[in-house]
Amino acid sequence: MSDEYDNNKSYQAQSSEVLDGSAGSINPDMDYVRPAEIPEQDLYHAHSFIEKWIFCQDAKVIGVQYFLTAVFTGIVGLILSWLMRLQLGFPELAGFMTAEHYYQFVTMHGMIMVVYFLTALFLGGFGNYLIPLMVGARDMVFPYVNMLSFWMFFVAVAVLMASFFVPGGPTGAGWTLYPPQTILEGTPGSGMGILLMLISLSLFVIGFTMGGLNYMITILQARTRGMTLMRMPLTVWGIFTATVLAMLAFPALLVSAIMMTLDKVLQTSFFMPTILKAGEVLEYGGGSPILFQHLFWFFGHPEVYIVALPAFGIVSDLISVHARKNIFGYRMMVWAIVGIGGLSFFVWAHHMYVSGMNPWFGFFFATTTLIIAVPTAMKVYNWILTLWRGNIRINTVMLWCLGFIVTFVNGGITGIFLGNVSVDVPLSDTYFVIAHFHMVMGIAPLMVIMGAVYHWFPLVAGKMLHEGLGKWHFWITFLGAYSIYFPMHYLGFIGVPRRYFEMYDSPYMTSAVGMNEFISIAAFIVGAAQFILVFNIIKTLKTGKKAEQNPWKANSLEWYTSTVPPEHGNFGERLPVVHRWPYDFSVPGAKDDFIPQTTAPSEVAHTEVEKT
Amino acid sequence: MHVGIIFLLVIIGSILFHIFTPWYWTDIASNWGGMDSTITLTFWVGGGVFVAVCLFMIYCVFKYEHKEDRRAEYKPEDKKLEKILTWATTLGVCALLAPGLIIWNQYVNVPKNALEVDVMAWQWGWQYRLPGADGKLGTTQVRNIADNNPFGINPDDPFGKDDVMIESDVINLENNRPVKILLRSVDVLHNWYVPQFRSKMDAVPGTVTFYWFEPNKVGEYEVLCAEYCGVGHYAMRGGVEVQDKADYEVWLSEQETFEQLSARYEKLNVDGNKLAKK
Repeated sequence: MSDEYDNNKSYQAQSSEVLDGSAGSINPDMDYVRPAEIPEQDLYHAHSFIEKWIFCQDAKVIGVQYFLTAVFTGIVGLILSWLMRLQLGFPELAGFMTAEHYYQFVTMHGMIMVVYFLTALFLGGFGNYLIPLMVGARDMVFPYVNMLSFWMFFVAVAVLMASFFVPGGPTGAGWTLYPPQTILEGTPGSGMGILLMLISLSLFVIGFTMGGLNYMITILQARTRGMTLMRMPLTVWGIFTATVLAMLAFPALLVSAIMMTLDKVLQTSFFMPTILKAGEVLEYGGGSPILFQHLFWFFGHPEVYIVALPAFGIVSDLISVHARKNIFGYRMMVWAIVGIGGLSFFVWAHHMYVSGMNPWFGFFFATTTLIIAVPTAMKVYNWILTLWRGNIRINTVMLWCLGFIVTFVNGGITGIFLGNVSVDVPLSDTYFVIAHFHMVMGIAPLMVIMGAVYHWFPLVAGKMLHEGLGKWHFWITFLGAYSIYFPMHYLGFIGVPRRYFEMYDSPYMTSAVGMNEFISIAAFIVGAAQFILVFNIIKTLKTGKKAEQNPWKANSLEWYTSTVPPEHGNFGERLPVVHRWPYDFSVPGAKDDFIPQTTAPSEVAHTEVEKT
Repeated sequence: MHVGIIFLLVIIGSILFHIFTPWYWTDIASNWGGMDSTITLTFWVGGGVFVAVCLFMIYCVFKYEHKEDRRAEYKPEDKKLEKILTWATTLGVCALLAPGLIIWNQYVNVPKNALEVDVMAWQWGWQYRLPGADGKLGTTQVRNIADNNPFGINPDDPFGKDDVMIESDVINLENNRPVKILLRSVDVLHNWYVPQFRSKMDAVPGTVTFYWFEPNKVGEYEVLCAEYCGVGHYAMRGGVEVQDKADYEVWLSEQETFEQLSARYEKLNVDGNKLAKK
């Protein structure tokens, strides 16, 4: 390591303590951990404000940069959703909004929330901040590439936002960007708007690849001594598997974006068949619109798990820490994450049952899709079994976790409707689908994000967020979001199609008017409630209570840094050495109800701890 | 304490909402009752799991709230319990998948006696074509589409001559007779969807897709476009009128064939030329 540390003394004290502990009747071999195989990495320490806060190579700062940028896009997405709900619930108040506007808002809301908000937040934000800390590394293995990754993402966001201001406005093709309509007149933003969208997506994929390689290689190569794969916190497992998925899935998005750009700019016909527009046959021919859908969903379905798996991992850790109990069935949880990740590449066409692909595919994809329900259900059982016989702190973090379980199970169950091919036929392209995916990959991951913010804020900022405000934030968000999406399923049963600017007076759709008004009001309230968190953060940074080190009494390494908040390099002079999994809570015979990962076996030899 | 109660109220509220909801599916008007029953089955099994998981969670929240003097149980794994849960879930999933696949098998196998209906979509409207006396539709091509050939029928195809052209967004169907909907589009994706028939499929330019159903209730129904197709998507409506055999035959006899339409245009052309010459 560098020469900037001068706390050799404390290290010596620590190690002699361990030696003392292992003397006497205890076998000194029991604390043995294999020595490191590679020398420690040299870090480039920042020398100026710009290097420290802007073009920064510290994964923690990059994580915060990703987080803030993603939250900015999320707020844009939120405002767009308000505008959509205004049109759907109170069209008489939305006179300024044309159908073109509406479809542009729908499209940008979807794309922003899925890609630029959720993906960037979980992997770029939590991934960067937590991976090095949790596996006991000083930083990501390629800090410079990591910095480039964020700035590429930043440019992608800038290009995306620029599309709001070009002639014709942003694309209104729906976030799925299905050709041929995406690049034809008749769809808003089919000129500059769609081009900027495709460029922005390509930049996002490039930037994300740089970050993703970092996450994977850091987890595989830079774990500290004793941190075996099966001792990693589930957060790391979730982010790791999601990154592998992203590395395999995003190329499909990149090639489809490139092919569509060529179709748009050079009149190639990858996705464009012979088309008759306004009495004229266009200069396209022989392309396949369904090919695009296959490519898109080969990316798009793993993308769902790219968002979900980090959420699964994080929520497992939060539940375990705050229930003061080991996560139930850790190995099953790891294999479920890996299994779900693997299976997620064999289910993509369940988005396409009624797309006009060969209908015989339906049998295969329905079967694979329902198989995925088994490992997913196991995860749910293990979460609630972790609560069972726990010692549950009902604090803000735990509330978000409970909210996650309710919304995730709800959305998971409706996924079984949609995955089961013939049940999908009446429900596809209706509000049932909207309700399903918002519940399962909108609200549920959001619950985890919020829980994670309240959980790790003391680490990042060194101060405790206000509990009372946190509880208000939770209850308004949870009850409000649930009353948006639970009744919305029933609009889908009626048969109300999605992406309708206006319902008109179809006899069976008029009954939905009252519900639409109710949903819109709930959406306004839930959206506004998110600013409670913004207020809470500002207030806490100014006047909040200083957090003690490890305020939640957790075991994982991020709470055992040399300083709080952790400085560049994370762990002071010596990297921690890991002796156990991070879930040794409430071990019988132990003094406290937690045993940190760094505690040597000899120090707790008298307890009934199981070997992990 | 109050946390568990609020969660409990959410679950009870959900169940009550389901029982008393005025928003539920339309009266079915086709043979796809099996889809409705599979939905109902999935509702009972899935809803049961949802309620059970949530109630268990709420029970834990009540029972195991934090106490300083208590410790949680320390039990990293329980192989037997995990095995039981895995197999029970697998069984439940199979029970839901089986009826789903059986009905899908019916959905993709069209009965032999089904009447073929060509549904042609564009931005933003529908038109329909029925086979003539020979029972076969003529082949088509987008490039052939013109005023005197609105469906783009290949002029050389003998099967096309007697095809019945319905240049309207409303089509009549005979009650209790299966129809095979052949979908095509001349521009972008569309989807011909009648909620009461439960069935749907995308129309994809460059290819012909299909699905089938058997209308079994006389009446008028609204057709919705169920695949986003640009800015006029929400306004792309059409209609279906399901009639008894006698009424249907009367309606059918009033429609024009391709031959008649061509002749009409030829006459128009001749008249037009005459006018031009004068």
